[in-house]
Amino acid sequence: MLDDFKNLLLQVPQTILIALRALRRNKLRSTLTILGIVIGVASVVSMVAVGNGAQRSIQAQVASLGENLLTVFAASSRSGAVRGGLGTASTITLADAEAIRREVAGVAALSPEISTTAQAIASGRNWSTSIVGESEDYLRIRNWDLRSGWMFTEREVRTAAKVALIGTKAASELFGPLDPVGQTVRVKNIPFVIIGLLTSKGTSVGGNQDDRIIIPYTTAMKRITGDKYLRSVNVQIVTSSLMNAAQEQITSLLRQRHGLSAGQDDDFNIFNQKEIADTASSITKIVTYLLGAIAGISLLVGGIGIMNIMLVSVTERTREIGIRMAVGAQPFAVKLQFLVEAITLSILGGLIGVLIGVGASAAIGLFSSSFKAVVSVNSIVLALAVSLGIGVFFGVYPARKAAALNPIDALRSE
Amino acid sequence: MNTPIASTGAAPSAGALLKLHDLTRSFVSGEVEVKAVRGISLEIVRGEFVAIMGASGSGKSTLMNMLGFLDQPTSGEYWLDGTDVAGLNARQRAALRSRKLGFVFQSFYLLSRTSALENVELPLLYTLPLVMPRERHRRAGTALQEVGLAARVNHFPSELSGGQQQRVAIARALVNKPEILLADEPTGNLDTRTSIEIMGLFQALNDNGLTIVMVTHELDIAAFCKRVVVMRDGRIISDTRNDARHIAARELATLDAAEQQAKLA
Repeated sequence: MLDDFKNLLLQVPQTILIALRALRRNKLRSTLTILGIVIGVASVVSMVAVGNGAQRSIQAQVASLGENLLTVFAASSRSGAVRGGLGTASTITLADAEAIRREVAGVAALSPEISTTAQAIASGRNWSTSIVGESEDYLRIRNWDLRSGWMFTEREVRTAAKVALIGTKAASELFGPLDPVGQTVRVKNIPFVIIGLLTSKGTSVGGNQDDRIIIPYTTAMKRITGDKYLRSVNVQIVTSSLMNAAQEQITSLLRQRHGLSAGQDDDFNIFNQKEIADTASSITKIVTYLLGAIAGISLLVGGIGIMNIMLVSVTERTREIGIRMAVGAQPFAVKLQFLVEAITLSILGGLIGVLIGVGASAAIGLFSSSFKAVVSVNSIVLALAVSLGIGVFFGVYPARKAAALNPIDALRSE
Repeated sequence: MNTPIASTGAAPSAGALLKLHDLTRSFVSGEVEVKAVRGISLEIVRGEFVAIMGASGSGKSTLMNMLGFLDQPTSGEYWLDGTDVAGLNARQRAALRSRKLGFVFQSFYLLSRTSALENVELPLLYTLPLVMPRERHRRAGTALQEVGLAARVNHFPSELSGGQQQRVAIARALVNKPEILLADEPTGNLDTRTSIEIMGLFQALNDNGLTIVMVTHELDIAAFCKRVVVMRDGRIISDTRNDARHIAARELATLDAAEQQAKLA
């Protein structure tokens, strides 16, 4: 009994040879069978990759705004029926910012923000750009590196020094290819020494982040705008788990300071980076699943195509099965041959499908500079497993029926 | 002169390669039971060349299929070289078939889109213990040589004539050096001349020691065999030795002469 089994096992490499020969003999049919799996697998892999890419892209964009960031905006101003944009109302003061820093738990860093547009003049050129006042913590809050130079210090903020950081767009407009660090730029007739060049961050929610000059907020308030009110306060919280609590604390603190009673709306808005990241994340996750499900349907259709061809194939080859049995093939050998054929086709189709899916995902990245489809290994494994299952089941099941026939009946079938 | 052969008892006598006792095969079709083979008893000794004849419906093909393990008897006993076939399962039957029997069919039953050599090799793919590729090619080549097709090893069946295809099928049946060659209407699809050539091949193989059992409905073909068993309605009605059998080589010569005459006339 054991000897028989051992002999059968030794036949496996032989059977693989027989199976491959049979596949080669019927190239057209083999190709059509594979096509169904290839398309199904390729669509699952690439659709899930697109969904993944969207997730990562959005996460990256949100992350580029900073880390654990809460931004308190003054609400929009209202002059009669005309409403200005966010930050135009005069409701947030420096004292408010100080209070936040003192009393809210988990504040790691804080930067009051003042913003205006002005003409910047340097070395014979001029350029209208954003002049933004921030604190010495600003770059840290925004996770923003310097390409060269230094950030201004707490002392320079205290003394309202005339120092500035410049973004890459503004720098190229004013200085061309020259290194702007060490140069002087005049804003509203005040000379500022450029002490740092920012890395490029591209265009985002607040417009082109590279087209700006950043100066200490004290200098901005005293010399540029003369304003007492802040546009916003950027607050970095120590850990993301504290963010929602901090948001509530800031809300109640400012309501109290501004003397708002229970029924009145907040006269400020708080942008919670984590909330937005979470919402975006869950939306894109749903989109990814949806895309995957649609692609899964295509895989199923491909599987039905395979079933079709394999059923036809085995029916057509009943006579061949009869011949093999008539020359000495055991029923097990016949079933094994078809199993090997089915597995070979499935694996081949699956691998080709994965290659095409990965290729398509990469190709999508070529068309868009900011968006890349990210292939998920899980999707590859799942698609391969499903295609293998479909191919094996629909290849072997009819073969079992045929192998159970009397050889003479198998031989005689059309 | 034809000599009748006495029927035999239950157990196989010494030297009997194949022994049937009261073998029956019935088919159930709807409510009707059709008995294709009714209680056949037969003994075949090594070296025999037997023709089984009968009109269509006589049960001769059904009998042949059972001899070759392609079909199962409803009742009765079948001993092959001392082994009781009824006690074997499908796997054991396949193994025994592989070792002892070679089968040739009327419709050749070759694998299409496969070369003659690969067709002849087919039984060797299923032989246990395993046969290595080089040995397989050698044996298949030798078998094709024996049937005179050494020049056609790489041809596909679609590129071969009917006679050549049947020769490939015969080579395939012989590649495992079986004890018995079973042939079901081997010349049914072939013309007269080719049929005689095939019978010549059979006679040569038989002279070399191969036992052959052949089904045919043509007297002319049965005339080449040493023993003729006639069946009707599932039973054996006569079993005679053919002492004055035809020799293929002589028949071919006669045929050639007749053709020459026809051309000259």
